[in-house]
Amino acid sequence: MRSRILAAVGAAFAGAMAAAPASAQESAQAINSGDTAWIIVATALVLFMTLPGLALFYAGLVRAGSVLSVIMQCVAIACVGSIVWLAVGYSLAFGDSIGGWVGDLGKAFFAGVDREATSGAIPEIVFAMFQMTFAVITPALIVGAYPERMKFSAIMLFSILWLILVYAPVCHWVWGGGWMSELGVRDFAGGIVVHATAGVSALLLAKLLGPRRGYPHDLKPPHNPGMTAMGACMLWVGWFGFNGGSQLAADGGAGMAIVVTHISAATAGIVWTCIEWRKFGKPSLVGAVTGLIAGLATITPASGFVGPIGALIIGAAAGFVCFYAVGLVKNVLRIDDSLDVFAVHGVGGILGIFLVAPLAAVSLGGVGQAEGKDWLDQLGVQGIGVGVTVLWSLGFTFVIVMICKAVTGLRVRPEDETTGLDLPSHGERGYDL
Amino acid sequence: MKLIMALIKPHKLDDVREALTGIGVVGLTASEVKGFGRQRGHTEIYRGAEYTVSFVPKVKIEVVVPDSQVDGAVEAILKSAHTGQIGDGKIFVYDVSSAIRIRTGESGDMAL
Repeated sequence: MRSRILAAVGAAFAGAMAAAPASAQESAQAINSGDTAWIIVATALVLFMTLPGLALFYAGLVRAGSVLSVIMQCVAIACVGSIVWLAVGYSLAFGDSIGGWVGDLGKAFFAGVDREATSGAIPEIVFAMFQMTFAVITPALIVGAYPERMKFSAIMLFSILWLILVYAPVCHWVWGGGWMSELGVRDFAGGIVVHATAGVSALLLAKLLGPRRGYPHDLKPPHNPGMTAMGACMLWVGWFGFNGGSQLAADGGAGMAIVVTHISAATAGIVWTCIEWRKFGKPSLVGAVTGLIAGLATITPASGFVGPIGALIIGAAAGFVCFYAVGLVKNVLRIDDSLDVFAVHGVGGILGIFLVAPLAAVSLGGVGQAEGKDWLDQLGVQGIGVGVTVLWSLGFTFVIVMICKAVTGLRVRPEDETTGLDLPSHGERGYDL
Repeated sequence: MKLIMALIKPHKLDDVREALTGIGVVGLTASEVKGFGRQRGHTEIYRGAEYTVSFVPKVKIEVVVPDSQVDGAVEAILKSAHTGQIGDGKIFVYDVSSAIRIRTGESGDMAL
C-alpha cells in the first residue's frame, strides 16, 4: 500500500521548491476525507505514544533521583526530532531516491508539501506529519539504553545525527521507494525501520557507554512500577494509531491492523506474566506490561499482513523470545541496556519481520504471499532487509558515538550518577526525598 | 519520665496507637524509617533481574511517659506490635531529664 502511494507522490512532486499545485493535482488521486481524518487522528495517537507514554514507561523504571531526566530526554528528543524531520529528515526519507539509498533534499523544510500536495488519497502534509511522529518515537526508544549516566548534550547530539544517518535512510529503503521496497521487504509499520534500528543501536550505544555504577549486582529497583504501567497502557492505545494508521486509509485493512495489534499485545502480556509466575513464583506488573510492549513491537511489521490467528502466534512468540532475550543481554552479553530496548524492541521487531513470512498465509487469515513468492522466498528477503539494517545501524551508531565522545563527552560525572541525574543535570527534582 | 522509642512493623502502627491511648497515653510521634536487623533485606525481581533491598521500611514511634506509666506502655507496645514473625522490631527506654510545653511553659509530668 505504501509503495503505491509513494510512487504516486514521487511522480507528482519531484523536488519542487517552487510548488506547482495545478499540474501536480492533475496526476494526483482525489483526497478521501475519511482516510485523511483517520490519519490525522492516528498522528495524534502516535505522538501520544512518546509523550507521555514512552516517557512514563521509562521514567518508572529508573531511580527516584533520575525520574525527571528520563522524561526530559523524551520531551527534548520529541522537540529536536520534529525540527530535524522538517528540515531534512522527511526529504531524506521520502524525497526523490538517489540510487534507492536515500532521498534527495528536494523536500527539505517540507518544500512543495503544501495544502494542495497529495500522497495517495490523503494530503501529503498529513502524511509528512504522521511520519514525523514515527521519527520522534524511534530515537526516543533508545533513551532506555542510556538512562542515569549519559550527558544531556551527548543525548541531543546523538539523537540528531542518528535520525539523519540511520533512521531517515532506512525509512527511505523501506517506505520511501528505496531498495528494500523494490526487493519486496514486508515491514508494515516499522519492525525494521523503527524497532530493529533503535534496538540494535541501543545495544551498541549501551556497550560503548558502559554500565551504570553498581551494575549488575548493586542497582536500585524501578522506583515506580505504577508509572511504568500507565506509560505502557498509553503506548498500547497509541499503537492503534501506529499500526492502524500505517494502512494510510480508513478501511478494513486498518481495522484488521488494530485487531492484530491488540491481540498480540494481550497474548504477549499474559505469556510473559505466566513465565514469571512459574519461574519466580509471582506474576508481576512490570513483567506484564513489558510483555505487552514486546507483543506490540513484534506485531508492528506484520500488522498489515496477518490475521488474528497469526497475531496469537506472534504474541506468544514475542512473550517467550523477548523474555529470554532480556536474560541473554543481562547475563550472557553482560551489556547494561538498562531498560531492555534491544531485548524488547530490537528482538521483537526482528522476530516480527521474520514471522511475517509464514504467518501472512491466507489459511491463517493473512493477506497471502506477494506475487511470484512463496513464504521461504519472502523469509530470505526479510533476512536481507534485517541483515543490512543491523549492519548499517551498528556502523553508523559507532561513528555517531565516537563523534559525541569527541564533541560533548559521553558520561556525566560519577558523583552525579550516584545522586541521580535530576538535580545535577536539570536542577530540579521529582520528589522531595 | 522516660522516652520509649520503638521500631515496629508499619502496618502495626494503628494497633500500637490504640493500645497506648487505651492505657492513657496522650501523645506520640511516629516517623517512617528504614533499617535492617535480623530480618536483613529482601530481594525483588524485575524483568528477571534480582535487586537486593537491604533496608526494610519500619515505623519509629517515640512517646514520653511519666515513670508510673512506663511498664504499662512497654507492655501495650509489646502486645500490640507482636506478630511472632521475624522483623517485629525493638523497644528502647531512655531517661528524660526534662520536658517543657512550649505553649504554656509548664514543665515536668505536667508537660506530657
